Amino acid sequence: MAKKKLKVRASGKRGYAVVKAILFHPMETGLRKSKETGEIIPAHYIQEVTVKHQDAEVMKVNMGIAVSKNPYLSVEIDGAAKGDKVSIGWLDNLGESAATEVTVS
Amino acid sequence: MNNQRRSFMRKSMAGSLVAISVASGLLTPSRVLAAWPKAAFDSKSVKDAMMGLLGTEAFEESNQIKLRTPDIAENGSVVPVTVKTKITGVESISIFALENARPLAISADMSAKARPVLATRIKLGKTSKVVAVVRANGKLFGATKTIKVTLGGCGG
Repeated sequence: MAKKKLKVRASGKRGYAVVKAILFHPMETGLRKSKETGEIIPAHYIQEVTVKHQDAEVMKVNMGIAVSKNPYLSVEIDGAAKGDKVSIGWLDNLGESAATEVTVS
Repeated sequence: MNNQRRSFMRKSMAGSLVAISVASGLLTPSRVLAAWPKAAFDSKSVKDAMMGLLGTEAFEESNQIKLRTPDIAENGSVVPVTVKTKITGVESISIFALENARPLAISADMSAKARPVLATRIKLGKTSKVVAVVRANGKLFGATKTIKVTLGGCGG
């Protein structure tokens, strides 16, 4: 089974929704050296995260190598109510991507 | 059992593994992303990063921005940072770690529907000032905080 690539939860508040996500990713900086071989570990990190509400883009988050491994992201969407659809997708520097959609609860 | 064949198999397997790792090492990301501000993220100095991302390095210190971080981070590879602001018309929120090899950590472009809140976790190589820059109505506002790091989080 493929490893889960992101976990998203959206909870509705009064007039807005809080979206919390964990994106499972190594976030390799490209500056680190392998302890065994001494070779530089190639960079592998998420560059773009898109947050959508009802298919409309709300936010685009650009990430650099300074974001921690398995990035955590918490954002808030105005006007999102219970039952609305929120989706989060990421794209990394090697062209890998993943996306998921959740319902605001 | 053919022992020679076994050892041959083992050797060729090891050989192909090396080939794979070499190939992946050569896969440097040269792909140009239209939206991702590569120059800014690749910048080694704070000035270049800010110029590249925001077009200027001047911002106004504002007490309207709340930058919530720990004062002392035991582990520099996971430092929670929350930026919250009361300023209206926010277009983007960016976080810079001034002492990092690549100062620009994260930058979020926000539409009108996004509330001006951003929480994430960043890496800090060593004790560093962290600056949150908020762009609102074409103007830049910032808040700075120093975080002490007891164990660096950028390789080693």
